[in-house]
Amino acid sequence: MARRFAAAPAAATWLAASVAFAQDRPRVVPGAHDALLAAGPQAAHIGQLWNVVVAVCTVVFCAVLLGVLVALWRSGKATEATPVDLSSLGRHERGPYRAVLAAIGVSVALLFAMVVASVAADRALARLSLEGAVTIDVTAHQWWWELQYGGSPESARFTTANELHVPVGKPVIVRLRSDDVIHSFWVPSLAGKKDLIPGRTTTLHFRADQPGRYRGQCAEFCGFQHAFMAFEVIADPPDRYEAWAAAQRQPAAEPDDAAAQRGRDVFLRSACVMCHAIEGTIAAARKAPDLTHLASRTTLAAGTLPNGADELSRWIADPQALKPGVNMPAATLASADLAALVAYLGSLK
Amino acid sequence: MTMTARATEPRRNSVPVTAEEAAALEQTWRDPSGIYGWLAAINHKAIGRRFIVTAFGFFVAGGLLAAAMRLQLARPDNRLIGPDLYNQIFTMHGTTMMFLFAVPVMQAMSVYLVPLMIGSRSVAFPRMNAYAYWIYLFGGLMLYVAFALNIGPDAGWFAYVPLSGPDFSPGKRVDFWAQLITFTELSGLLEAVILVTTVFKLRTPGMTLNRLPLFVWGMLVTAFMVMFALPAVMLASTALITDRLVGTHFYNPAEGGDAMLWQHLFWFFGHPEVYLIFIPGLGFMSAIIPTFSRRPIYGYSAMVISLIATAFLAFGLWVHHMFATNLPELGKSFFTAASMMIAIPSAVQIYCWIATLWTGRLVLRTPLLFVLAFFFVLVLGGMTGLMLASVPLDLQVHDTYFVVAHLHYVLIGGAVFPLFGAFYYWFPKITGRMLSERLGRWNFWLFLIGFNVTFFPMHLLGVQGMPRRVYTYPVEMGWGGLNAIASLGALTIAISMLLFVVNVWRSLRHGAPAGANPWNAGTLEWATSSPPPACNFEAIPVVAGRDPLWEPGGQASLVRGLSVDSREVLMTTVLDAAPESREAFPEPTIWPMVGALATTVLFVGSIFTPWAVVWASVPVGIALTAWFWPRRPENRAHLALERAP
Repeated sequence: MARRFAAAPAAATWLAASVAFAQDRPRVVPGAHDALLAAGPQAAHIGQLWNVVVAVCTVVFCAVLLGVLVALWRSGKATEATPVDLSSLGRHERGPYRAVLAAIGVSVALLFAMVVASVAADRALARLSLEGAVTIDVTAHQWWWELQYGGSPESARFTTANELHVPVGKPVIVRLRSDDVIHSFWVPSLAGKKDLIPGRTTTLHFRADQPGRYRGQCAEFCGFQHAFMAFEVIADPPDRYEAWAAAQRQPAAEPDDAAAQRGRDVFLRSACVMCHAIEGTIAAARKAPDLTHLASRTTLAAGTLPNGADELSRWIADPQALKPGVNMPAATLASADLAALVAYLGSLK
Repeated sequence: MTMTARATEPRRNSVPVTAEEAAALEQTWRDPSGIYGWLAAINHKAIGRRFIVTAFGFFVAGGLLAAAMRLQLARPDNRLIGPDLYNQIFTMHGTTMMFLFAVPVMQAMSVYLVPLMIGSRSVAFPRMNAYAYWIYLFGGLMLYVAFALNIGPDAGWFAYVPLSGPDFSPGKRVDFWAQLITFTELSGLLEAVILVTTVFKLRTPGMTLNRLPLFVWGMLVTAFMVMFALPAVMLASTALITDRLVGTHFYNPAEGGDAMLWQHLFWFFGHPEVYLIFIPGLGFMSAIIPTFSRRPIYGYSAMVISLIATAFLAFGLWVHHMFATNLPELGKSFFTAASMMIAIPSAVQIYCWIATLWTGRLVLRTPLLFVLAFFFVLVLGGMTGLMLASVPLDLQVHDTYFVVAHLHYVLIGGAVFPLFGAFYYWFPKITGRMLSERLGRWNFWLFLIGFNVTFFPMHLLGVQGMPRRVYTYPVEMGWGGLNAIASLGALTIAISMLLFVVNVWRSLRHGAPAGANPWNAGTLEWATSSPPPACNFEAIPVVAGRDPLWEPGGQASLVRGLSVDSREVLMTTVLDAAPESREAFPEPTIWPMVGALATTVLFVGSIFTPWAVVWASVPVGIALTAWFWPRRPENRAHLALERAP
């Protein structure tokens, strides 16, 4: 008894530690993320096929098990000493022959039906109407997503990261490229996945029919932080989408208070500009996420952290603690400078 | 001196074999004693035992790595194992299980069993067999030494470029992985050559191909698959090594290479790989089911044809690992159809086994329990396999935990459960003692329950969107509960494996003596004593049916006239197993071991400098020359046998 009571505090400590670990990283509120809760036609087609195939497979599985169980139940019990029944050697076993043949016939028919259903679903996927489609160029990096919205004139184009806004009800074409290794673009609630392969361009078509937030993530192992390479698809009604896009096209706002102005100076004279871009300033590097409208995004570090002043401050001070292996180095800034930088970045709506 | 005396008047075995001849045979065929003898051993049973024990050792190592992963994933946002170590662990787990356990253990079982089942005194090329074992052992040790030194591979067992290429995996980690492939593929290919030659030329008289035990058929088919599949991955990994070490650009798109080339070559090997793990499992099934149903197998010919059909179709499926790439859609549909079609030969076999069970009388011992689990576990894995074969479904669940669940259901259900059945079935033959039936049942039930508790929740996790190969997952995704259950299941599996080890340990000393044929089985390996003598059979049996020990008239007859003083074996024709010639096999020697050491120096050295290939080929050449160097007394004895009528 004493030993059991001694184990209890140990277990409690362990549980407390696990809660502490869980709280170590601030939580993000994820968007919908389930292959069977479709929010668009592509995922819905796959969901229908899924239901058909799962039903057929369940029936076949149960039938095979039933066969084994009946065989176990009806065949007599024996021991190693039981003489071998060699009667099958000299004759044709009609019962088993017919049963096996029938079972194979049914299996072939069901397999054929599943091939047909699969190809039909494939056709339905390929026939998504692309009229009036929005085209977005997605470039995967270790471990974040660069998103470029096209358009002409050139001033209509803009770049953002990790949050893919799309208009509800309109088809979306994502052109997928990779800057380093192979990644895979996957938003379970909207469509199947597609790889991003260096040296090639792949495309994926989908449509979101319900407004909402849908979580996506990299599905191909891509190194240290494959686990935290998420993104969000935010499906808005067309007018809200247009308003968002119009705001994204604007260069970064001039900081209006002293702290933010100091923050901008910190940004421009520190190592940040080696990798990040902010439109409207001299920062134009494309090695890391575009920060022009950072404050308009809900997460940091590809869905790792919620976007708030505290998290941003922790992230800039020591990104390796929150996302080990990430390519962003820790910034060695005086705490006043860090606070100013966070204030500036927080003003980039 | 005695050698000369023997050479002039070769002694040959009579029927029945006299005690003096039996003693001479034992003396002729046994490996030398002592440490030197251990290193020089070439008897297929000694090599087979070592091979099985080594492969089981790697299985345990891979299992411990899996336990570490389950510990890490038991709760969300866990910081127990960081991404750097976790990536090494899952790469080591996959590499160990695929390259150091699953394929080798099947070849190991066949190195031990096939000569006994076909009534031969040895495998073909016994020295090469020893060399293949040492190469395998040294390759595996190299990988684990690298892992212990924190230079374990970390790009996945599939090592996709460019992640595994020079730009994104600097250092030596992936080089050790690529060289491990060279080691295991060399070993695997040699074993395949040995096995095909053994089965084609060393069968006992009367064992026509039509009477070959189904397990041997399975291993024969597997050996052919190895010969066609493994060169693809050897080519792929060699090109990866040269990309990494000498600056070629096979996989570099910037220089005209192609990242997809790797995937095609790897999966052209990788998918058949699944079947060369699965087909030996089918062989175990077909060996165990008739014995414990007390009747010959139903549908022998259909079974053989199914095995061959599976082997052919297995080479036409590789693209279903690549449905998410940008291959043409119509082409992908072809692979959907092919992937579904391969279910047919497997279904034929499953139905024939059920027919055998249905019409038999069952002896419910541990081997049969493991075999019955196949019907639950493998069939469920086969069903999810059909789902993965469909392009649209695969696009959702590809690279998620659904696939992790599927592949474990298929590989553990299709290969590991039958393998454990095989351990329980043949342990008495190998050691002369029975495994404990009571511990066996505990082992079985804990394994079956633990397995399903571990892997069934992973289906659901996959559908909920949990990707594979993540070192942790955010608490807010809600995957914590199912992962905790899976980790509890893994603990159960670990306990069941511990029970197996305890069972083996105890039974080796205290197990009930087995006798020659404890299960009253029908195939030839049960005709000889347990464990078998060094020469396997004192007189080679002649067979007249598929289950010689069950033949109504009993054993047909025995072969007389083979030398008892030198390692003479009887060669027979490929189809009909008619006696063709006598061949004298080589004596034990240490040179295969030395050759394997030299080869290891070459392979490991080449990770660090290309010059190792040049300079280390000198000791390899010396070892190979010594290996084949003829010895006068041996030659004289063999010549005398040839001259004798």
